[in-house]
Amino acid sequence: MSGDASSNGRTPSDPVAPAPQSPHVAHASPPARALPGGGETRRHTLVAIVLDKPGVLNRVSSLMRARNFNIDSLAVSHTDQPDTSRMTITLHGDDVAVEQAAKQLYRLIDVLKVQDVTSDPVVAQELALVKIRATDGNRAEILKLVELSKGRVVDLAGESVIVEVTGPESEIDAFVALVRTYGIKELVRTGSVVMSRGSSSIEEAVKR
Amino acid sequence: MTMTKGQAGAPPSPAENAAPPERRTHIPGDGTAHAAAVERARRAMLDDARPRNRTRIGADVVCEALLLQGVDVFFSYPGGVILPLYDVLGDYPQLRHVLVRHEQGGAHAADGYARVTGEVGVCMGTSGPGATNLVTGIGTALLDSVPMVAITGNVPSALIGKDAFQEIDINGITLPMTKHNYLVRDANDLPRVLAEAFHIARTGRPGPVHVDITKDALQQETSAPHPTHDEVIEGLPGFRPNMDANGRQLKLAAAEIAKARRPVILAGHGILHARAWDELVAFAEKAQIPVAHTLLGIGAIDETHPLSYGFMGMHGWKHVNRAIQSADLLIAIGMRFDDRVTGNVRTYAPYARIIHVDIDPAEIGKNVAVEVPIVGDAKRVLAALLPMVQAVDHATRADYFAELAEWRRDSEGSSWHGSGAWRDGLLSADYVIERIGDLSKHAATYVADVGQNQMWLARYAGFRGPNTHVSSGGLGTMGFSVPAAMGAALGAPERETWAITGDGGFQMTSQELMTLVADKIPVKIALLDNKKLGMIRQWQEIIYGGNYHSAHLPGPDFAKLADAYGIPAFRARTPEEVDPAIAAAQAVDGPALVWFEIAEEQNIFPMMPAGKGLSDLIEKWEGADE
Repeated sequence: MSGDASSNGRTPSDPVAPAPQSPHVAHASPPARALPGGGETRRHTLVAIVLDKPGVLNRVSSLMRARNFNIDSLAVSHTDQPDTSRMTITLHGDDVAVEQAAKQLYRLIDVLKVQDVTSDPVVAQELALVKIRATDGNRAEILKLVELSKGRVVDLAGESVIVEVTGPESEIDAFVALVRTYGIKELVRTGSVVMSRGSSSIEEAVKR
Repeated sequence: MTMTKGQAGAPPSPAENAAPPERRTHIPGDGTAHAAAVERARRAMLDDARPRNRTRIGADVVCEALLLQGVDVFFSYPGGVILPLYDVLGDYPQLRHVLVRHEQGGAHAADGYARVTGEVGVCMGTSGPGATNLVTGIGTALLDSVPMVAITGNVPSALIGKDAFQEIDINGITLPMTKHNYLVRDANDLPRVLAEAFHIARTGRPGPVHVDITKDALQQETSAPHPTHDEVIEGLPGFRPNMDANGRQLKLAAAEIAKARRPVILAGHGILHARAWDELVAFAEKAQIPVAHTLLGIGAIDETHPLSYGFMGMHGWKHVNRAIQSADLLIAIGMRFDDRVTGNVRTYAPYARIIHVDIDPAEIGKNVAVEVPIVGDAKRVLAALLPMVQAVDHATRADYFAELAEWRRDSEGSSWHGSGAWRDGLLSADYVIERIGDLSKHAATYVADVGQNQMWLARYAGFRGPNTHVSSGGLGTMGFSVPAAMGAALGAPERETWAITGDGGFQMTSQELMTLVADKIPVKIALLDNKKLGMIRQWQEIIYGGNYHSAHLPGPDFAKLADAYGIPAFRARTPEEVDPAIAAAQAVDGPALVWFEIAEEQNIFPMMPAGKGLSDLIEKWEGADE
């Protein structure tokens, strides 16, 4: 946030500071003050480096619930540092609301670094396992589809196949839509994990 | 002399103490010969004190940590799993243990102590119900950013998760309502955890920290040393509050201030937390900007200061809200634009640009969008900003100040009753508050409960100094005043302490009267009895069409109640009885109660109905000839 007039979302007729008004004018019809978080919502991806302490996942999810942020997906794993974990959080909201979520996350003692990578060039990948209903009649057809979709068959059984697909969320969405006609018995997705392109590193940015 | 457990500061048994309950007191300056003798005996005992011939256990670590952190008093109630701590307490006569009558009272007392001293308040309880009873007090401290460490015992670690007797997941309960919390199962972790808890509670934006300790950890032998301050900081890489403001933002702020013609400072609780009251006044005087304050910002500026403009918000002064609505610049310092302050944000201060100073980045842009965000400690920000703002001559703002003065005359004339009585010769609460303020020379600590009494106190007591006003602002916890006043009185024994309460809140925690007596804590209780839940009644009258469900609240004979506890009680029903009753309570050496039977249907005006804006204040209601 900077000090320029547009950052409060109001559209004063005078682009510089509003001229001091007579107090009596205050009751006429002044422009409504913008509500934080009332802007256009879109999907954001936050990456958080947290201390690997018991309960840290609970702290993060409890905070998001209590502050009324709606998480789409949350992926947690170890990092190369033995005492830290990395969370990839995707959520919907306008820029101000998501910035507020990041600032609330910073209030947690165990959170070391939060970065909104929504507008950064990133590699974003998700893994899914799909158990597809298969018969002798259509198994070959399914396997062909899997091959074309760069999926991998990881289990073959009499009446089903388990397929592993990895890729950006949209590719997985497309694959799932494609095989739905055969019948999906079971589906599990990890949620996105992301990493910034280039040499910058959020882990190295963590002050220790 | 080798000290044994029995000798170490144990209270006299009830049998040998059937006469008046004269208890040891650690209050310095109590003045009585008895107190002096107790103090001498205590010092002699300290010099002689030798630890019992036993090894150091987790419970010892807790006591040592409290002493290392400068704690000299804490509020607690024993129970099964915290008994190991009580078993060693006698070996630490430097620690004053106040045995409360309910854990909620202990938490509020720690809160009151913290608010008047600026130090960390400490309360303890056992597992299960002891811990859940602390929860309301912890929540109160969180919403008002009060530094507190709450310690609970928990069942032995082997029993955790087994639904053992008095086991509840208190860590899960306090997680969203503390700044941080811990569960300790190993005594070797205790020195580090307790040092971190105190550091987190008092550093940056203050707040409560909860430390849950299993019974076996309290009993476990340990030789773990206490960490140094540097080690504590190193162990908390995720906790680095930003104290100093960004220089570029300060320049932007100074430029906004130079341009403004109708600026208003909004002073909040952060001024008191940061001890920035001198810097605030210096800044306001140099730039000639009037200072409005929030409920918890009371005391940030002496209300008799020419630049002090008054209390803002839902029940604030009309002139203050008017000034905010017509301001072209708001300089908000250590306040969070709570809904009780802004009303409907859409219509809040429509012409104002906003500079928002707060130590917590998450507060900025949370409730209102601002033009100049400044993250930092209020004291350091104001000190840095002072040389950057131009000195303004009072005369250049003469028109502005003249208008503000006129509005003030207007508003004080319309909503100040001042007659000493209200309708039908009944006692008016604002008059009672005004007399308490005057007769205590505005130099006492005034502890509010919640509801009408809280707003009357905020408006009419006339506050002069920092940390003289204690009020549950954020959580609005009824029953707060008497226990919080207990802690406030121990924290600031040089001042008189008044608990201002309604009959509703008083009945919620009146069990602490016994603690006041047993520990001879000289709290003066002003009970404003309208036999109603006054604020509920007011809302039902104005917003719910007079549907007074449950607003009538019968109470006991409060004089008899006080008498049963051995507390002198005085009663005032007419304006003439007010001054003598206050003076009589002040003359009591120890706690006293004044029962003011006030008008049953007095409203507090102005009032901003929920959802409305600061320009929509209600100043009267049909039938109420305010």
